[in-house]
Amino acid sequence: MALAQAKTDTLRARTADLSAGGSGWLGAARRDAAARLAAMGLPTKRDEYWRYTDPASLTQAAPIPAALFDAGDEAPVFDGIEAVKLVFVDGVFDAGQSDDPALAGVEITHLSAVDGVDIHWARDIYGVLETRGQIPVQRPLATLNTAYATEGFLIRATAKAERPVSFIYLHQSETSDALIHHCIKIDQGAELTVLENGPAAARVTKVMEVEVADGARFHHIRAQGRDHERRAVTHVFARVGAGALFKSFTLTANGCLTRNEQVIELVGDDGVAHVAGAAVGDGTFHHDDTVFMTHEGLRCESRQVFKKVLMNGAVGVFQGKILVKPGAQKTDGYQISQSLLLDGDSQFLAKPELEIYADDVKCSHGSTSGAIDETALFYLQSRGVPKRVAQSLLVLAFLAEAIGEIEDETIAEDIRSRLEGWLQRHEH
Amino acid sequence: MLEIKNLHVKLEEEDKVILRGVDLTIGAGEVHAIMGPNGSGKSTLSYVLAGREGYEVTEGSATLEGEELLEMEPEERAAAGLFLAFQYPVEIPGVGNMTFLRTAVNAQRKARGEEELSAGDFLKIVREKAKTLKIDSEMLKRPVNVGFSGGEKKRNEILQMAMLEPKMCVLDETDSGLDVDAMKLVSEGVNALRDQGRSFLVITHYQRLLDHIKPDFVHIMAAGRIIKSGGPELALEVETNGYADLLAEAQ
Repeated sequence: MALAQAKTDTLRARTADLSAGGSGWLGAARRDAAARLAAMGLPTKRDEYWRYTDPASLTQAAPIPAALFDAGDEAPVFDGIEAVKLVFVDGVFDAGQSDDPALAGVEITHLSAVDGVDIHWARDIYGVLETRGQIPVQRPLATLNTAYATEGFLIRATAKAERPVSFIYLHQSETSDALIHHCIKIDQGAELTVLENGPAAARVTKVMEVEVADGARFHHIRAQGRDHERRAVTHVFARVGAGALFKSFTLTANGCLTRNEQVIELVGDDGVAHVAGAAVGDGTFHHDDTVFMTHEGLRCESRQVFKKVLMNGAVGVFQGKILVKPGAQKTDGYQISQSLLLDGDSQFLAKPELEIYADDVKCSHGSTSGAIDETALFYLQSRGVPKRVAQSLLVLAFLAEAIGEIEDETIAEDIRSRLEGWLQRHEH
Repeated sequence: MLEIKNLHVKLEEEDKVILRGVDLTIGAGEVHAIMGPNGSGKSTLSYVLAGREGYEVTEGSATLEGEELLEMEPEERAAAGLFLAFQYPVEIPGVGNMTFLRTAVNAQRKARGEEELSAGDFLKIVREKAKTLKIDSEMLKRPVNVGFSGGEKKRNEILQMAMLEPKMCVLDETDSGLDVDAMKLVSEGVNALRDQGRSFLVITHYQRLLDHIKPDFVHIMAAGRIIKSGGPELALEVETNGYADLLAEAQ
C-alpha cells in the first residue's frame, strides 16, 4: 500500500502543471490516457522493468537542470541530408526555423491543428498503439506522454516520399521539460524515412507511434544529441503489416540518462522489423535499450542489434525480448547485445529473453561484454597504425553490425563519422 | 641494418627468462635464417623486435640503422622500416582488408613525412601487387584475415609487406600451414622483394623454405641464444641430423 501511495504521490507531483486538455477525439484520447495512468502510477526502481535503470529523475516533478552543450563548429547530424526540417526548441515546435511542411505524398500536421476535430486518421493510432504496448509490461511514462503531450506531428505517407522528414530537437533552456508525441502512418505500398536529431530538452519524454501498412516501408534513424547532462525516455510503438518493413537505428553519444523503449508487433505475414543502436558513453552515462518484439504473422523476420562502448564508469543496459505467438510459424528472430568495456570501471547489464509458442521457428540471442582485442591492436600497430587510430578502427569494427542496419549509405557514413569524432575526443 | 646485442628477455608476468643474450648483426640486403627447436625463443625474438606487450627486456639492445628499436612504440618501429610477418596472422572482424592496408600505408607515409596515397593510386598499386600473389579482389574486400585459409593468411602477410616496403622484414614461420604450392607462391613473393637495401630475417623450423628463399647466413637458436652460425649448409645439416648434435656441441 505504501508503494502504491508513493506512486500516486509521485504522479500527482509530476502532472501538477500538466493538463489533459482538448476536445474531440484527441481530448478523449488524452483523458483516457490520464485515467489509465492514474490506475498505473509512475514507475519506481522497485518495478522489475526498471531494475537496472532508476526512473526517479524521469518521474520527479521538475527536471534536473542540464547544462547546454556547445558542439563547436561541428555541423548537426544529418545536416547534409536534404529533408523537410521540423525544428523544436526545448520541446516546442518553432515554425520560424522549420521548413514549410510540404512534401509530395506526405501529409504533415501539427498535433495542435487536430485539437477539437472529430475525425482524423490519427485517432486509430494516437494512444492506441501505446495502449497495446502496455501488455504484458506497463510503460506508464508513455501513457503520461499520451495524456499530456501537446507537441508533436501527425505524419501520413500515401506514396513513396522523395525526401525524409527530419525532426531537429534543440535544447536552449537548462530547465526545459519536453513531452513530444508523434504519430506516423505509412499507407500500403508507401515509404518514408524519418530522421531525428538532438537532445530536445533537459528532460524529454517521447512517444512515436508508427503504423506500417501492408507492403509499406519505414526507416527511422535518430541521434540523441551530445549534451552530457540531458535525460531522455523515448518509446517507439510500431505495428508492422504483411510484407512491410520497419527499420530503426539510434545513435547515442553522451547523455546522462537514456531509456529507449521499442515495442514492435509483426502482425502480418512476411513482415520485417530491424531495430539497432550504437551507444558510446563516458563517465556519468547510463544508457538503456529496452525492446519488445512480438511475432504474430507467418515467416516474419526480426533483428535486434545493440552495441555499446563504455568507459570511465559508464553503464549500459539491454532488456530485449522476442515473443513468438502461437501460430507464428517460420519466424526468424535474431537478437544480439554487446558491450565493449574500455576500462574496468564500466558495466553492462543485459537481460535477453525469448518466449516462443510456435514449434517451427528460428530464434537466437547472444550477449557479450569484452575489452579491446589486444592481439588485434598489436597487429594493427605493427603495420604502422598509431595506437589511437587502431583503437578507433577496432571500436568502429565492433559497432559495424549496428551501423550496417542503416540502409542509406550517406546516412550511415554520417553516423560513422560522428562516432569517429567521438572516439577521437575520447582517446585514452 | 639490424643489430641485436646481448638481448635478454623475460616474460613480464612471470619469472620466465626466454632470451639469454642474443647477438645478431644483419647487413643491408642480407637474408638470415634462424632455425631451432621448439621453445628456443625464435618467435619471442620476433615479437620483441616488433614491440609486442608482455615481454620485459632486462639487458641488451636492438637497433635498426642505428636507431634503438626497443624504446619505440610498435607503430614507430613499423614507420622506421621494420615488418613482422606473423606466424598466426590476426583476424579482425569488421575491418575491411582494403581499409586496413590503406590505413597502414598512409599512416607510415604520414609518420615519415610523405604525402598520403590517393584512393586511386592506392587501388592501382594494391591490385597489381595482389595479382602476383594470386589474391583476388574478393579477398581484398573481406574483413582482415576473417575466413581466410592458412595459405591465404600468409599471402595476405606478404601483400602487406609488399605494400609497406619495409627495410627489415622478419618472417616468423611463414611456411607453417602451407602446402607446397602455397609455399612456392609465398616464397616468390618474398624473393620479388629482395634487393640491395632490404634485409630479411627468416624464422623457420624446416630447411625446405630455405630452398625457396635462399639465405646468406643461417643461425641455430637454442635455449634463448644463438649457438651456431654458418652458411646455407648449416640448414642442410640440421635437416639431415636434427638439432641433437648441435645442442651437444654447444654444451
